[in-house]
Amino acid sequence: MAATDQRNEVFARIREALRVPAPHRHAAPAHDAAPAPNDGPPASDAFRAWLPAVGPSLNDQLVMFAFNCNQLRTELRTLASLDEAAAQLALLARENNWRQIASHRHPLVLPLAEKLALPTLLTDDGYAIPDLERCHAAITGCDALVAQTGSILVSSGSAGGRALSVLPPHHVVIAQRSQLVPDLAAALALARERYAPNWPSFLSFITGPSRTGDIERILVLGAHGPKQLTVLIVP
Amino acid sequence: MKVSLFIPCFVDQFYPQVGVSMAQVLERLGCEVDYPPGQTCCGQPPFNSGYWNEARAVAGHSLKTFAKSEIIVSASGSCGTMMKVFYPELFKDTEQEFEARKIAPKVHEFSEFLVNILGVRDVGAKFSGTATFHDGCHGLRELGIKREPRELLKHVRGLELVEMAEAETCCGFGGTFSVKFPSISTAMGEVKCDSIAETRAEYVISNDSSCLMQIQGLLDRRGQKARCLHLAEILAQT
Amino acid sequence: MTAYAREFKRMAARYTSDLRHRGLIQRALKGYETKRDEYKGRYQNWSEARQAASEIKWEAINHLDRHLAEFITKIEARGTRVFVAGTGAQARDYIVGVAKQNRVRSIIKSKSMTAEEIGLNEALEHAGCTVFESDLGEFIVQLRREKPYHLVFPAMHLTRDEISRLFHDELGSEPTDSPEELTMIARRVMRKNYCAADMGISGANFAVAETGMISITENEGNARLSTSLPKIHIALVGIEKIVPRLEDLALFLPMLATAGAGQPLTCYNTLYGGPRQPGECDGPEQFHVVLLDNRRTELLADPEQRDALHCIRCGACLNVCPIFRNVGGHAYGTTYQGPIGSVITPHLRGLQDWKHLSASSSLCGACTEACPVGIDLHHHLLQNRRNAARERPSLSEKILYAGFVFIMRHPVLYRLSTRLAPVFFPLHRLVKGTFFDPLRAWTQTRDLPVPARQSFHAYWNDKMSNRKARHGGN
Repeated sequence: MAATDQRNEVFARIREALRVPAPHRHAAPAHDAAPAPNDGPPASDAFRAWLPAVGPSLNDQLVMFAFNCNQLRTELRTLASLDEAAAQLALLARENNWRQIASHRHPLVLPLAEKLALPTLLTDDGYAIPDLERCHAAITGCDALVAQTGSILVSSGSAGGRALSVLPPHHVVIAQRSQLVPDLAAALALARERYAPNWPSFLSFITGPSRTGDIERILVLGAHGPKQLTVLIVP
Repeated sequence: MKVSLFIPCFVDQFYPQVGVSMAQVLERLGCEVDYPPGQTCCGQPPFNSGYWNEARAVAGHSLKTFAKSEIIVSASGSCGTMMKVFYPELFKDTEQEFEARKIAPKVHEFSEFLVNILGVRDVGAKFSGTATFHDGCHGLRELGIKREPRELLKHVRGLELVEMAEAETCCGFGGTFSVKFPSISTAMGEVKCDSIAETRAEYVISNDSSCLMQIQGLLDRRGQKARCLHLAEILAQT
Repeated sequence: MTAYAREFKRMAARYTSDLRHRGLIQRALKGYETKRDEYKGRYQNWSEARQAASEIKWEAINHLDRHLAEFITKIEARGTRVFVAGTGAQARDYIVGVAKQNRVRSIIKSKSMTAEEIGLNEALEHAGCTVFESDLGEFIVQLRREKPYHLVFPAMHLTRDEISRLFHDELGSEPTDSPEELTMIARRVMRKNYCAADMGISGANFAVAETGMISITENEGNARLSTSLPKIHIALVGIEKIVPRLEDLALFLPMLATAGAGQPLTCYNTLYGGPRQPGECDGPEQFHVVLLDNRRTELLADPEQRDALHCIRCGACLNVCPIFRNVGGHAYGTTYQGPIGSVITPHLRGLQDWKHLSASSSLCGACTEACPVGIDLHHHLLQNRRNAARERPSLSEKILYAGFVFIMRHPVLYRLSTRLAPVFFPLHRLVKGTFFDPLRAWTQTRDLPVPARQSFHAYWNDKMSNRKARHGGN
């Protein structure tokens, strides 16, 4: 028996339920709370006053991003030139014994990946999942870096699809200094400006390598996603 | 200042010394203390069990008893909360709502009254020993009292205050909860008693005798030596 | 007492007497507390943030019809198939129907409490599908054929030794005492399942109305894999998950992580707005969003407790609840454990059957204090008690409180009863702790205070008459 959509019934129940208004109660006061009367929910600009503080200058934000990466165990390398980035990638490839890698056609990323001269799977035109699963590393671009949280914003377009940045065991992100934004609100605003209304089907904030604490609340990296996350910042 | 004592039923019967001490401290600080004689119970047991009609019947009696009082000082944070926070809710949309709303701001917990209304920190008390303070949940979270009793205890000569890790954790009393779910209530009390033991304090002080009844009951059963005392009993020592 | 209440009391007694279990939970949650406080400390103003979160959710829930309609329109426009399910059964039927239509055999699932709520795995297995839980904690409890222990930490009741033995028995792995090795065993098993799965099923943490996207929060990457590789993705979403604006996530994502897991932000916070779009290289061909009511509208219809629908399922209230910390997650017998479960389960599954959970609280308020969206949890427990007693009072309590009221409204009777106590006290010693002891529930584990020889009332009377006599003598 095929299930029939109940939207009319559910919407009718919702409207009926909402006929009696709920008291506009403020959060139950904690003793440090100072609940202030307010008209409508606050805008995202207001969040900045309450969330962890982010310094105003680019340098403040770089320092904060680096601090967060360190705490999250994201490897961060800030490089002076594209040549340095290529050398750094080569070093990573040697150290981690990469034999095949995956990447995507990205004007900043692909030239660097190609310099490794390793067998490289490009995801842009589709791929077989087992082939991607066999790759030792994924090298991708991103939409933004977030200072406040040490996050990397990726999307279907900026990071070669959904799986490239999560299936291989080592994810390397190449980003430009100018891609650093102060906080999540700024990153979302940037995504809106770039994509709306034609949003990609996938947008993700990556905050450190994959992790779990499901066994005795002890932190283990590389639960299902990448065990290593490296961010290379180029000028 | 004219002050009416609110001595909840179980303090009246089991811990009269708490009321005696409160009266002494308040009189020493120059308050004119009276005790409205008709007082019985605040109505919390039926209220917490969901029997609000019955709770209103008892609470209505309290409203009458304290109708003429200007300031009501409670020996228990929990019973104080009942009058201050829950009466307006209990009597909402009833004839007595006005009286309930009128009485609420007059009610004060003992330590909060001393520190915030009388502006006293040092009541001139002396008491030698080490003590740890238990925050009764109603006082702590409904009335926001945390700093006040500690301010007062800090100024008691000879008293050393050692904070326990679980100071803010519920002792497990919870009124009728303690006998409806004795296994959970006891487990919660054990966590509290373990935390008390860690401090090696000789005394457990609180501003709520109901919590102390639970804690002392467990301490005794477990053979722990610590004694429970109400804040007022310490402050009355000179 | 209902069968559910009896079972709860039985389980509570069993778990509270298990000191090893209690120790394990308390230790695990101590670690969480330290981290949570550290990250809360980095907020410039946590209570203002909490206030804002509460207001945003208030807006979302109190205009749910509008926001939900917008969400549906926007997400459908990108080729998502939305199914609105009135009941759990309708949601199950729809999802099973999609599986059958597409000849799905193997399903990879990322953690979803909503799926637990409607018994989705059982329905899919009954239809001949194999369901693999991909979240490590969920995978462990699935192997044990158990329910999740905690909304957020499903396997927190198990030690590494128990998990090692489980993996050895079920997966044939070598015993190990390293959490890292155990995690890698699960990783290897699950990798095969991701690649072979015909369908991925997830829940959602938020549904953004304005842009038509769902947001999934996770640490492991299992949800990302489950929603990237299979050809079909079904997300099961409670209708209360709505937030109005995309930017609201800038507040909710960090608060969810800090309150729930003691993290500044969880590892992956992902937005899904449709199936694979033109020009995209991967992602599912079909994306279904199943919006679930399942009596959430009954809670919505109660303005007093409507804010319980603000819940973002962070688990903070469980973590601080002294009841949860002593009885653990399995004693509740509900999908949603702890204070939030005790508040909403009576609405979702029947007040009379589940009112005992509201009674089983000391009303200490630690939950309300911890809730990042400011739900008035412990007062809702009180309201459930009131509603339950109003709807069907218990005869014994009615009689008890009738007597209580009569005495307490008559100070003379009350004072008489206080005089009787010292008389009965010595008699009580004869039966103390035995079956005949009316105070057995107390005295089995705790000593009773001794009634004072003189009540305060009597003391005060003496004091006043002495004072009068003195003044009279002057």
